[in-house]
Amino acid sequence: MSLPLPTRPPLVRRPADRVIAGVCEAVARHLQVDVLAVRGTFVVLVPFAGAGILAYAALWAFMPQDRSTPPRARSALSPRIVRERGTSIALLLLGLGAALLVGQLIGSAVVVPALLSGAGVAVIWRQVDEGRRPAGRQGWLWLGSGAALLFAGLIAFLVVSDQLAAARQAFTVILVVVAGLVLVTAPWWRRLVSELTAERRERIRTQERAEVAAHLHDSVLQTLALIQRHVDSPREVARLARGQERELRTWLYGRTPEAAQRFAAAMEAVAADVEDAYAVAVEAVVVGDCALDPATGALVQAAREALVNASRHSGVEAVSLYAEVEPDRVVAYIRDRGSGFDTAAVPADRQGIRGSIEGRMARHGGRAVVRSTPGTGTEVELGVDRAGVAGARG
Amino acid sequence: MTASRVVRVYVVDDHAMVRSGVRAELGTAGSGIDVVGEADGVTAGISGILSTAPDVVLLDVHMPDGGGRAVLEQVRPRLPAVRFLALSVSDAAEDVIGVIRAGARGYVTKTISGPDLIDAVLRVADGDAVFSPRLAGFVLDAFTTDGGAAPADESDLDRLTAREREVLRLLARGYAYKEIAGQLFISIKTVETHVSSVLRKLQLSSRHELTRWASDRRIV
Repeated sequence: MSLPLPTRPPLVRRPADRVIAGVCEAVARHLQVDVLAVRGTFVVLVPFAGAGILAYAALWAFMPQDRSTPPRARSALSPRIVRERGTSIALLLLGLGAALLVGQLIGSAVVVPALLSGAGVAVIWRQVDEGRRPAGRQGWLWLGSGAALLFAGLIAFLVVSDQLAAARQAFTVILVVVAGLVLVTAPWWRRLVSELTAERRERIRTQERAEVAAHLHDSVLQTLALIQRHVDSPREVARLARGQERELRTWLYGRTPEAAQRFAAAMEAVAADVEDAYAVAVEAVVVGDCALDPATGALVQAAREALVNASRHSGVEAVSLYAEVEPDRVVAYIRDRGSGFDTAAVPADRQGIRGSIEGRMARHGGRAVVRSTPGTGTEVELGVDRAGVAGARG
Repeated sequence: MTASRVVRVYVVDDHAMVRSGVRAELGTAGSGIDVVGEADGVTAGISGILSTAPDVVLLDVHMPDGGGRAVLEQVRPRLPAVRFLALSVSDAAEDVIGVIRAGARGYVTKTISGPDLIDAVLRVADGDAVFSPRLAGFVLDAFTTDGGAAPADESDLDRLTAREREVLRLLARGYAYKEIAGQLFISIKTVETHVSSVLRKLQLSSRHELTRWASDRRIV
C-alpha cells in the first residue's frame, strides 16, 4: 500500500476547525500551505462575479466530511484558533464589502439579493453538515434564520427586478400544485416512513441475535466440542462444564463493574479461578459484603492459597468455602474431606501454609488456624478484625 | 431416617434428561425409594400428584406456566401431607427463597450427587428440612440485621437464635448434620430441630426485608 510518493493529507473537511464549513482549512491542509493564504485567495476572488463564493460552494458540496472528529465544543477553542477565526471573519467581511462596492460600481442590482440568499443557503448547509438532523432548539433556530435570510434574498431579488406581482401569482399556482401533490402522495410518504422504522427495528434485532449467536458460538459451542473430545476424563468434563456454566451465568445476569472492589465478588472470583485451574468444584458461600481493603484483600489471597492447597493435596473433587462479613470481623473457612495431614509434622520451611496463609494473615493483624486430621480432611479458618484494621490504618 | 418403609417419590421437571437421571439415581436398589410417577409440566404435575399422593415431590423451580410455585400453591391445600423438595439449576436467591416460602421443605441444585439426593429425599420424607450450604448462606444473609439490635416490633419469627445461627454457619461451611452435632455437642435430632425451626421462620416470617433482599440479590 505504501507508495514512495510523498502523500498529502486527504481532502476532507473537519468540522472541528471550521469557520464556515472548513473548506479553506481542508484545502490548506491538503496543499500544505497557510490557511490564511487560502482564505485570502477565496476572498480576493469574491468581487469577480462571485467566483470566490461559487468556488467555495462547489468545494463545500463535493468535499467529504471527516466524521471521526466531532465538532469542537465552544469552550474547547484555543486562543490561537479564536484569533485565526477573527482574522478570517474580518477577511470575509472585507470580501463581501468589496463585492458590494463592485456591484454598486457596475450598477448591478442583483448583488445584494444574491449575497442575502447566499448567506441563507450557507447557514442552512452548515447546520445540515453538523449532523443528520437539527440538534435541539438551537439547531432549529439556525435553520429558521437561514431560511429567513434566503427568503429575504429572494424577495429582494423580485423587488429589484420589478417582478413581485407576477411572482405572487406564480407562487399561488405553485402552492396549489404542491399542496395537491402532497395530499395525493401522502399515503406513500407515510408508508415509506413506517417501512424505514420497521427496517431499522429489524436491523437492530438481527444485530442483537448475531451478537448472542456469536457469544454462544465462542463459549458454549466450543465447550461442548471440548467436552465431546474429553469424554474419557470425567474430571476434565466436569471442569469444562463448571467453567462454562459460570461464564454463561455472568454473561446472562451481568455483574456490576463496581463489584470488582467488593469483598464478596473478590471471594467468588478466587473460588472460580481455583475451580478453573485445579479442576475441583468449589462450593462458595459468601454472606454479607464490604469494601475490599488491604486486610480483607489479604484474607481473600490467603483463602485462595488454602483452596489451592486443598485442591492439590486433599485428593477430593469438592472443596467448601464459606466467608462471612460480620459487623466487627471477616471470617472464612476452607474445608475439604480429603486425605488430611498431621499439622505438627509439616516442615517449617513449607511456604504454602506458613508464608502464604499464616504469615499473610499475621501481617494484617488477622489469624489463621489450620485443623487437619489424617483421613478425615482439613479445615482452614481465617479471620481478621474490621474495626481494628480501620482504626490502625486510618 | 426410615428404612423400614418405601418412600414414594413423584418427579416434576420439564427436562426429560433430568427426569430420567433422577429416576435412575433414586431407583438404586436398597435406596428405599420408589419413583411412582413423573410429569413434564405444571398441569400434568398437579393432576399426577393428586392422583398418586406420593410422600415426596421432587419439584423443578423453573417451568413454563408458573414453575414450581404454581404446583406448590395448587397441591398443598388439597394434600398437606405431601412434602416438596425443590430441584433447580439456579442459585438465584429469589428462586430459592421464593420456593421455600411457597412451602418446599428443602432445596438442592441439580448438580447434587446421587447418594446426596437420596439422603435429601429421605430427610424430607421424615419431615426434616434440607438446606444446601448456599441456602444456609442465603438465610444468614437475609436474617442479618445491619444495626445489630433487632427492632422491638419484630416477633420471634423474624429472628434467628444464636444456636440456629451457629447451625446455619456450620451448614454453610459444608458440615454434615452428624458433624454439626459433634461440633456443637448436641444430638443429630437437635440439629434437625434447629434446621426445621429455621425453615419455619423462613416460611412464616413477615420480615419485609426478606423479599426485597431476595430480589435485590439476583444471582451468584
